[in-house]
Amino acid sequence: MSIFEYNGSALIAMVGKNCFAIASDRRLGVQLQTIATDFQRIYKVHDRLFLGLSGLATDAQTLYQRLVFRHKLYQLREERDMKPETFASLVSAILYEKRFGPYFCQPVIAGLGDEDKPFICTMDSIGAKELAKDFVVAGTASESLYGACESMFRPDMEPEDLFETISQALLSSVDRDCLSGWGGHVYVVTPTEVKERILKGRMD
Amino acid sequence: MSQVAVEVPPKGGFSFDLCRRNGMLSKKGVPPPSYRKTGTTIVGLIFQDGVILGADTRATEGPIVCDKNCEKIHYMAPNIYCCGAGTAADTEAVTDMVSSQLQLHRYHTGRESRVVTALTLLKSHLFKYQGHVQAALVLGGVDANGPHLHTIYPHGSTDTLPFATMGSGSLAAMSVFESKYCEGLTKEEGIKLVCEAICSGIFNDLGSGSNVDVCVITKGQKEYLRNHQLPNPRTYVSSKGFSFPKKTEILLTRITPLKEMVEVIEGRDTMEE
Repeated sequence: MSIFEYNGSALIAMVGKNCFAIASDRRLGVQLQTIATDFQRIYKVHDRLFLGLSGLATDAQTLYQRLVFRHKLYQLREERDMKPETFASLVSAILYEKRFGPYFCQPVIAGLGDEDKPFICTMDSIGAKELAKDFVVAGTASESLYGACESMFRPDMEPEDLFETISQALLSSVDRDCLSGWGGHVYVVTPTEVKERILKGRMD
Repeated sequence: MSQVAVEVPPKGGFSFDLCRRNGMLSKKGVPPPSYRKTGTTIVGLIFQDGVILGADTRATEGPIVCDKNCEKIHYMAPNIYCCGAGTAADTEAVTDMVSSQLQLHRYHTGRESRVVTALTLLKSHLFKYQGHVQAALVLGGVDANGPHLHTIYPHGSTDTLPFATMGSGSLAAMSVFESKYCEGLTKEEGIKLVCEAICSGIFNDLGSGSNVDVCVITKGQKEYLRNHQLPNPRTYVSSKGFSFPKKTEILLTRITPLKEMVEVIEGRDTMEE
């Protein structure tokens, strides 16, 4: 068993028209035993920037704390929020610093940049950035997520449409992965509001 | 001096904090993770007035294609570019690092960077890490001494060649070069040969795929042709898209309105009047 499969996770981010959505499952497990069914894997960095961390939960939380610390230092020094591109470079640098003893974490970053341009990005555990124009996935369910997103995604979706697509992609993928599931957590971010929804899913 | 109360961000270099723990895990039988690789075809050749670099655009993680259109030709300096194969994070980090060192060197000297400078910086970094920084590079550029093409292996050894290939598709690409390369190619012939070599990598090597990127560097100018050829377009797009007759069940909705961004104009005191 790979260490990435110890806790189990599923993460997606999708781009819509002047908006983006980021979604995760809600299970925290220890191998095949479920520990919690309301686990938060997506964190808010600031109002328009979200970070999802898949992989080993202990490393995810440590990494999140270090990133919050660095983001707050940036806010104090610069008196503004970080741009998503900048934040992605920060995450990449922090991960690559541990090139020879990595955090077992695969991050997904999604945010609204200048002029409400959506930005999504994922990395491997040592910070190799992958910038995508459409969707990014991570976690133990990533293989099925690739398939679901590849067929369901359409460019320039409106927020409601985007929500339905990302939810269906998430739910159908986690049904084929025994390490993730127990519903989903979806954030749809538009320039005016953040809509957070909790999805009902299978509980087996 | 008293100790600093908070941990200040480090100034660079690798951190080996987690090595002991990760070593313990792999001793207990947990295999170490796989990283994103660019199982790649990258090539370069010298033509009559410069250098042409070429790359495919597939990134893989084990057998999974994780990026269908990634960029493998990295910027080093305005007159130098570098193709990277191997672990994606390493090629990215090593080229970024050297390109910033070159930029600082240009600020200091006020002259155009030379390809040998980039070559030496890259190879000394890679040699220092004894092959653990897994980057295999094709470095090309035109400087005061004319066009240059080098290959750099992960352990830090280098070659200087008129035509070069690297990555998992290097054999397929080299077979094209070996049969068709000649000295004094024109730009058009050069681009055509590079595309052919990359395409033979794309179609015969499973680690390479998708599109062809080309970069032409001549004296005083460069042409970055991103997605110069698209030999693998998507054929299975549903024109109607998807509709979901049964909507997902929502347990809870929370809506947070965002504050509007306010521009603050400095230098004018609005409290005056």
